[in-house]
Amino acid sequence: MSHPTKRRLHLAAGVPGVNHWTVWGAPGAGSQIDFSTFEHVARTAERGFFDYFFLAEGLRVREHKGRLHELDVAGRPDNFSVLAAVAAVTRHIGLVGTASATFNEPYDLARRIASLDHLSGGRAGWNIVTSSDAFTGENFRRGGFLPYEDRYRRAAEFVELSRTLWDSWSDDGPAQYRYAGEFFDTEGWFPVAPGPQGDPVLVQAGDSGDGRDFAVETADVVFSRHGEPEAGRAFRTDIRARAVAAGRDPDSILVLPGVSVVLGDTEAEAQERARDIQFQQVTPQTAIHLLEQVWGADLSAHDPEGPVPVPPTSTREEFTQGQARRVDDPSAAARAWHAEAVEHDWSIRELVVAKTTRHEFIGTPSQIAEQLDDAVQTGAADGYILSGSVVPHGIDEFVDRVVPLLQERGVLRTSYEHPTLRENLGLGDRPRANERRVELEGVAS
Amino acid sequence: MGENLILAVALDGAGWHPAAWRDADISRSAVFQSSYWVDQVLLAEEAGIDFVTFEDALSVAAPERAGRLHGRLDAVQIANFVARRTSRIGLVPTTSVLETEPFHASTQLATLDFTSEGRAGWKVQATRPGESANFGRRDSLAFDSEFLSTPAGRAEVARLFDEATEFVTVVRQLWDSWEDDAVIRDVTTGRFLDRDKLHHVRFEGDAFHIAGPSITPRSPQGQPVVTALAHSEIPYRLAARTADVVFVTPNDDADAARIVGSVRAIEEADRFEPTPLRIIADLVVALGPSARTARDRLDAWDAADGEVYQSDAAIVAGTAHELADRIQSLQAAGIEGVRLRPASVHLDLPAIAEQLVPELHRRRALGTAPAAGTLRGRLGLDRPANRYAA
Repeated sequence: MSHPTKRRLHLAAGVPGVNHWTVWGAPGAGSQIDFSTFEHVARTAERGFFDYFFLAEGLRVREHKGRLHELDVAGRPDNFSVLAAVAAVTRHIGLVGTASATFNEPYDLARRIASLDHLSGGRAGWNIVTSSDAFTGENFRRGGFLPYEDRYRRAAEFVELSRTLWDSWSDDGPAQYRYAGEFFDTEGWFPVAPGPQGDPVLVQAGDSGDGRDFAVETADVVFSRHGEPEAGRAFRTDIRARAVAAGRDPDSILVLPGVSVVLGDTEAEAQERARDIQFQQVTPQTAIHLLEQVWGADLSAHDPEGPVPVPPTSTREEFTQGQARRVDDPSAAARAWHAEAVEHDWSIRELVVAKTTRHEFIGTPSQIAEQLDDAVQTGAADGYILSGSVVPHGIDEFVDRVVPLLQERGVLRTSYEHPTLRENLGLGDRPRANERRVELEGVAS
Repeated sequence: MGENLILAVALDGAGWHPAAWRDADISRSAVFQSSYWVDQVLLAEEAGIDFVTFEDALSVAAPERAGRLHGRLDAVQIANFVARRTSRIGLVPTTSVLETEPFHASTQLATLDFTSEGRAGWKVQATRPGESANFGRRDSLAFDSEFLSTPAGRAEVARLFDEATEFVTVVRQLWDSWEDDAVIRDVTTGRFLDRDKLHHVRFEGDAFHIAGPSITPRSPQGQPVVTALAHSEIPYRLAARTADVVFVTPNDDADAARIVGSVRAIEEADRFEPTPLRIIADLVVALGPSARTARDRLDAWDAADGEVYQSDAAIVAGTAHELADRIQSLQAAGIEGVRLRPASVHLDLPAIAEQLVPELHRRRALGTAPAAGTLRGRLGLDRPANRYAA
């Protein structure tokens, strides 16, 4: 069966990070840190012909009300270290690690990523994140040093310098490089030859206007949170328009939203499982904790199954550190959440379930295969990043039951056609740094 | 003989002689292949070697020497890859500590301890020439022996080693910042962690302040094995305070006895860690059917390189029998093991495996290599108690 005009669906799988979406108390929930967990998820994803295995990052254990946060899964490895080990037990799947452009130095990180690209035979990718968070900065030499408005400027230089290093060899071996920027002023030689992919695949997840511009200037893949098809379509259209405005072929950048998929033998069963998972994600304690974050107040005296209290009007302390803020304007959000709870007669826990958990795709395997196919054919996404709510078996059922249907529909590969991640994603070579310099000179003259 | 000898191999490029890569079977790009490293470590593992070290640097040495091998991969990355293709041997990558982040180093090495299931070590490298220019954060140290012998030079070296000591100290604190039973998964109370078993390290040094705790739970060995190469009093102090194993470079047996005395005296006065320090001697080795053939090989490579190879460690060119004699006389002088630096990994690593190891077994100098277990176990080091546990 051949489907020459169909767009391909790209898939990635992650081991979920440290937040309440991971149901650690479920039967079958395994270690968050033993290597066997990472091996299982990566090999399962490879068995399902996914493009890449993905790891998020957190560089400080989260705190709440000035104390370490106890309720969520915590404890994770160093990403590129564990990906080097995963490279040894997989053959085809891409290996994408998140690393901060704020709390690393380009020479060190570029060397580690280039090393992974060689060891894996061209399967390395870097998900670039930025941070201006002084709390996380307390774990690093510089401390919390980066003003918000500088974070993408530093990241852009970080990427440019990394590419300079990756492309610095001549035919005879390492050649001297020199980089003088606002944030980095370095020179020397780089010990790693260009890897099988040339530059490793770059992934970026910015959602703000600055973040989106940074993505189209630097990234091969945009990791988005707009998993619902309609929101996804708007986001992808915007990214493609920005790419064109930046002089880039819009097909050279892929948009992959992170989503949750829940399966059932019938649609009703899938809906029931989805609701069940949501209430496992939001335990009674987690319900209070998450509402405290938005309310900015201590709610420990409230019953999680009881009514939602009126949000405080006075100035509030900053409640939770070490994670991205859940909402932009907490006091406005608190008022809106409260109104919604009153309207639906929700308890605290029901409100928090409704506002903080979501499964983008719920249904039978054939419904899911159809929905994913449609989403990709209608431009809602170039594919999806899946993470199960239970570690490490969360994606097993998807691979066993949905992948064969996607293959039948002709939207998912039936073998890995290429050795490198860049090729499997259908991305062309990026111009090398010395060619880019020639282009820039051409523009200037 | 009393205690069993610790036997380690130091892997670096095509071997420690700069012309070793010119060997028939090694291309200059071989060092970028995963199989190149896996094959070497498997050979060492099958021979019963206790651990291998992987050299590293955040710079390229002598880049102007076009005839040399300059390529290298990150040592921690190699070790993590190799961890899943081996099962018994210890894996000890090198990290430079003056330009890197202690927090990242702590999680990288703890992760290696997870991926290798308790076989991780760490070779602490203070700094190497050219590193600081690749980071642009501090002025380069003048690696000029004339400057380094002046009072100002010595003070600068002492300051850098103080910073390296702070680095290792905070890495060790971060490794202990989760108690072994910090993860409780208590469904009734909804608590995944017991926060009383995680600890801010609140390290306040001259070079940096680190809050902690680590993001990585305590690893299988509790503390991966910390090693350092040291040639004089200042680095002996770093090792005696913070390391589990020190690599030293005696010229001969008398020098070995003097070094052991010096290291033990500093250890007695200054040690931070509860376990004893293991003292291991480094030797560059070129093996052959006779001393003459081994020496001729090195001479031919010296000619090819255009320079006589010199090393901080003694160079032993000879037969496996002669090398075994040399090792046993070092052991009699108080040395607990040797880290062999093969002049060529292509020629001398197989010779170590096939000739030296059987010779040492014939002399009953080696214990029976364990079928499994941690690197600490192989070195006779206990799993340390957590410094933060009540």
